[in-house]
Amino acid sequence: MNWEIVIGLETHAQLSTKSKMFSGGSTAFGAPPNTQANAVDIALPGVLPVANKGAVERAIRFGLAVGGEKVINRRSVFARKNYFYPDLPKGYQISQYELPIVKGGEIRILTESGEKAIRLTRAHLEEDAGKSLHEAFQDKSGIDLNRAGVPLLEIVSEPDMRSAAEAVAYAKTLHALVRWIGICDGNMQEGSFRCDANVSVRRLGAPLGTRCEIKNLNSFRFLERAIEFEAKRQIEILKDGGKIIQETRLYDADKDETRSMRTKEEAHDYRYFPDPDLLPLEVSEKWIEEIKAKLPELPEAKRKRYQTEYALSPYDASLLTDTREKAEYFELVCRSLEGPAPKTVANWITGELSALLNDRGIDFSQLLISGKAFAKLLDRIKDGTISANVAKEVLHGMANGEGDADAIIVKRGLKQISDAGAIEKIVDEVLAANAKQVEDYRAGKGKAFNSLVGQVMKATQGKANPGQVNEILKRKLAG
Amino acid sequence: MLNASLKELSAALAQRKISSVELTRLFLERVEKLNGSLNAFITLDAEKSLAQARAADKRIAKGATQPLTGIPVAHKDIFVTRSWLTTCGSRILSNFVSPYDAHVIERFNGAGAVILGKTNMDEFAMGSSSETSFYGPVKNPWGQAYVPGGSSGGSAAAVAARMAPAATGTDTGGSIRQPAALSGVSGLKPTYGLVSRYGMIAFASSLDQGGPLAKSAEDLALLLNAMAGFDARDSTSVERVAEDYRRELDKPLAGLRIGVPKEHFGEGLAGDVGRAVGAALEEFEKLGAKRVPIGLPNSGLSVPAYYVIAPAEAASNLSRFDGVRYGHRAKEYRDLADMYRRTRAEGFGAEVRRRILIGTYVLSHGYYDAYYLKAQKIRRLIADDFVEAFKRCDVVVGPTSPTVAFKIGAKAADPVQMYLNDIYTIPANLAGLPGMSIPCGFGRDDLPVGLHIVGNYFSEAKMLNVAHQYQKATDWHQREPAGIQP
Repeated sequence: MNWEIVIGLETHAQLSTKSKMFSGGSTAFGAPPNTQANAVDIALPGVLPVANKGAVERAIRFGLAVGGEKVINRRSVFARKNYFYPDLPKGYQISQYELPIVKGGEIRILTESGEKAIRLTRAHLEEDAGKSLHEAFQDKSGIDLNRAGVPLLEIVSEPDMRSAAEAVAYAKTLHALVRWIGICDGNMQEGSFRCDANVSVRRLGAPLGTRCEIKNLNSFRFLERAIEFEAKRQIEILKDGGKIIQETRLYDADKDETRSMRTKEEAHDYRYFPDPDLLPLEVSEKWIEEIKAKLPELPEAKRKRYQTEYALSPYDASLLTDTREKAEYFELVCRSLEGPAPKTVANWITGELSALLNDRGIDFSQLLISGKAFAKLLDRIKDGTISANVAKEVLHGMANGEGDADAIIVKRGLKQISDAGAIEKIVDEVLAANAKQVEDYRAGKGKAFNSLVGQVMKATQGKANPGQVNEILKRKLAG
Repeated sequence: MLNASLKELSAALAQRKISSVELTRLFLERVEKLNGSLNAFITLDAEKSLAQARAADKRIAKGATQPLTGIPVAHKDIFVTRSWLTTCGSRILSNFVSPYDAHVIERFNGAGAVILGKTNMDEFAMGSSSETSFYGPVKNPWGQAYVPGGSSGGSAAAVAARMAPAATGTDTGGSIRQPAALSGVSGLKPTYGLVSRYGMIAFASSLDQGGPLAKSAEDLALLLNAMAGFDARDSTSVERVAEDYRRELDKPLAGLRIGVPKEHFGEGLAGDVGRAVGAALEEFEKLGAKRVPIGLPNSGLSVPAYYVIAPAEAASNLSRFDGVRYGHRAKEYRDLADMYRRTRAEGFGAEVRRRILIGTYVLSHGYYDAYYLKAQKIRRLIADDFVEAFKRCDVVVGPTSPTVAFKIGAKAADPVQMYLNDIYTIPANLAGLPGMSIPCGFGRDDLPVGLHIVGNYFSEAKMLNVAHQYQKATDWHQREPAGIQP
């Protein structure tokens, strides 16, 4: 019996504004409790909200990135979502309900079977609540309102994903996109990007099953584990002839399970109505055009261009575009090259350079090697000054700030030996000293050749031009 | 001095005939004498008032004065005032001292005016009689058995009893105009958006508007000059060029078209009020104005629409009073829900609780379309009625309230009778139009009658002109209640 998992995600991306959604309070993370909550944030009597233009601008940027002008609502409305909770100072959250700022759009993800479009239902602006601290005080709860009023963009997808892997691919693509267009720092530990997953299961071809919502998944791993657990749980219930109850569930990472928070019957009646303190949000064509003009080339466009312009594979193109910094670095290196092909650049960036950044726990913005300098290094491989292996050593030197490629090659004496006479002399010595391998090679054992190459390289501390070594060795062994 | 106009007080201060300290003392003494019986003020703080008066005197000495410098003004206890108690007439805020000033308070402080005290009001401005205050009912200076109207009843009574030369109020459904009418003073509710609501504790955000109460239209103009103006902290504040609301005061009324809505002269209007208003209309004709019969056909729907919209907004606006961050909190409770329940049950009076319940009900799932959405449609129809009316007239004139002041307690048990007090004033709030009330005679038991003037959007200068010309021809606004027993 084949089961299908159906997943839709609701993602809260914290918009990277300096001040809050409806007040001038600071959004900086990690301040002592309640030091970044002003009169509006703590909802003193008489205060009023004023919408943050920067947050609206970022929401428009997002809309343009996922669907162009047509998905931007020229008129959207802030509404009040009413419920009581100590970390919700006004007793309501200002959100958008019937008329969100973005309606529609799509995110294209790469799956095992190729590209897939995940449709977006909407994206709307809202403010975050504060934080309740239940452990810090005996018999009491502490309330930290620093987060209260922080601007969020809630991005809601259609139930278009069919596996935990697809949901993760969507979340990762979305995560990359919001950072790419500079609207969210994407810091998941600090809660800047968090997902709720709506999960249901059905037999193939059957109508949609009853869904459960899993709240506050703040890592891709938790997202994957939670969906897998939840789908399995639902399938088991249905197999046993049971029914799924629509409810909100919480993922417990320690136990790797989801558990019930509240059922549909216990759900709040939020009594949404348009916030009379805020006028409808009107967005002019001119403003949209201005924002569009400043929008960077998007990852999807870059991926396509890399395939046609640089003849890269879809896989390479997608690896290079997982962050804007990486893609821009790649393009800068390509522009500065004299010799090598973009494919070589791609291999270096996605291979050795990415590994180096990973090891050092830094990103492209902290890399001490300019795109131009990196291009120079690749040129030195191409022109035979150094081998690819030696280039790796030079690369680490450059990352340590020891200077450019040429300086390090000279300083460390890494220049490749390309003098045929010198190499021939060493080859002769190696052949003389390794009669056994020569015999093996001639007997048809290919492996012996590699061993001989290794001996030559060792004798030259890796500086012999590998192409020449190959060629000379082959000639001598044949002769 | 107690009867002087703001213009006269301003001149007396400028000419050093009196200092601000002396003037403030004079009114504080008057307040001290009368407040025990009238209960018009919730909070008085002579030290703070006199400190401001001393600062004003210094300013006057330097010659850096504005028209209101040195003049004491009483503020409705709905405007948050730094370092003053601001209670909104409620137990739930009975311990609340604001760390910031409302925009209106900032404006008066900036003009050099003196805060005389914070006036009593219906709790959270919910009422038409100033009886629902946690601090007890306000008495009408014209007869202490009567209500002064509400919710700005403390401000109206203070001006009527000459305890303050001027006062501020707020008007959500008539809360400036109706007490002005019942207490025999002049009051103006400006166009929605003209006076910033920042720091004005919200009752119904889409209807609330601050405005002045004083003895004359001329005084109102001076006060409005100080109160009006754009404020970026209020998204509904209107950005427009500042005007001098006195500029049209002296224009003759010849050719003025006065719209008289037949719906405001029908069933429910008391005979004494009708007669006084009728006489006022004749007076206008003598001044050269023309009467134009108009219709406000949807006027009758205004009270039901209002009692959906205002409680809906209020229920949400008052959610912040939860005992968590400030204000009253119940002493004992079992858990969080119990803390909310007890705090709010103890903190809010019966009328506030009633409106929270109504508001919660009309917004609840499945009822939104039938109540809130429908009320919003009616609101549009009522605004459209005025658009039609103002094609044919310059101002709409009628009674402010269907009756003169009623006895304290008379309508307390019947909320619908109480709500009908505002039947003529509510349409202006729903439409966002400016409205004012000025004294136009006396009715039953020698109680004052108010004349209601509604103008088109931002036509405050024109309305003040109409009222001022009337007040030049009549002396109703100069009458003062006699024999107030301290």
